[in-house]
Amino acid sequence: MEQILNRLKQKIEIKSVINKRADLYFITIKKEHIELVLSHLKQQENFTHLAFLQAVDYIEDDKFQLTYMLYNYDIKVNLGIKVFIDRDKSEMTSIHKLWPHAWQYQRELKELFGIDFPGSPRVDESFVLEGWEEIPPMRRDFDTLAYSVKTFYQRPGRTTNDPKRYMKEKLYKNFAKSPESGRNDE
Amino acid sequence: MNKKDINNIEKEMKLANEGLSEKERTLFSDARPTPVKPLNKYLEKFLNWARAESLWILAFGTGCGAIELRPLMTSRFDMFRYGIAPRPTPRQASVFVIGGYASIKTIKRIVRSYEQMQGPKFVIALGSCTINGGMYYDSYYTINRIDHYIPVDIYVAGCMPRPEALIAGFNKLKMQIKAGKCDGMNKYAENFDWYKENQKRVIKDWNMPDYNW
Repeated sequence: MEQILNRLKQKIEIKSVINKRADLYFITIKKEHIELVLSHLKQQENFTHLAFLQAVDYIEDDKFQLTYMLYNYDIKVNLGIKVFIDRDKSEMTSIHKLWPHAWQYQRELKELFGIDFPGSPRVDESFVLEGWEEIPPMRRDFDTLAYSVKTFYQRPGRTTNDPKRYMKEKLYKNFAKSPESGRNDE
Repeated sequence: MNKKDINNIEKEMKLANEGLSEKERTLFSDARPTPVKPLNKYLEKFLNWARAESLWILAFGTGCGAIELRPLMTSRFDMFRYGIAPRPTPRQASVFVIGGYASIKTIKRIVRSYEQMQGPKFVIALGSCTINGGMYYDSYYTINRIDHYIPVDIYVAGCMPRPEALIAGFNKLKMQIKAGKCDGMNKYAENFDWYKENQKRVIKDWNMPDYNW
């Protein structure tokens, strides 16, 4: 794995390498290099499997983080490639030419996060949200509770209990007399 | 009232089918559903008994609760001994089991299937999601109360209810049908505009006829 990363470092700049486990690595690279890196890893280093492509919304940094998870069947190593893109101008290179099934992930990201992938097939079609009019719902500035209250009908009388306290009061009334520190499940 | 007024009223009572294109509009009916009056007392009683003893459920799993229908069908809980059988299409079914949460994408299909079912038809809603949203009460795409979109006869509470609870629900439904209390279909026809308004409020891309025959 070290050799693979060294060979990659000769080509482009790697911002950080995280080694989570013996078979799980994460590298962070620049947005422009993604096509180069992925085609290099697929063709030269035999990372033939794109397991998933997903996004995380870092609203505090005004960034989206995209993770491309690759797998190598020869050396049995997972490699996550992280890319940060701007939140306002969220646009990314489409990789459907490298892995044809990536169009589905990209379509999902377009709908749920509003990240555009120009050139990706059927990227503008609705994936699960039919006729959605608000901002993409997985963005963290979208308030789901407010939207739910506004759109759907709440049934009055709904109460919510804190599970821990509720269980203690209702189920473990006699049980709770035993010192709390003595119980491992709390 | 002269003839002109009657014509106008008839025109207003017709459905607009605005979701369809001009060409498609001619293919669908624009008539509203009408309430059905019960027949004479004893015949209706006999019919209700017959309806209650042969409940045919629509095989449309609309949420996670549909998983409870599998053990119900198979040998352990064996719903056939209660005269309940699954049917593949809405036209043949008389009971619609809403299995748990319904997203907006699903409620569109639910409305369509429900309207295509032939009367008399009954709805069992299982799971807390259908009652008040359950754990998805703050979700952006899961409706909270199913009874604002289609009429519901029996609720089975739980998350998820066991097949035993479902059997109890079916038996309750049978008792209600025999007592002649299950008139969800008539309720739907009488409050048709209210239901349509609620449905169209959540289903933004309404591209089907207003009433699906």
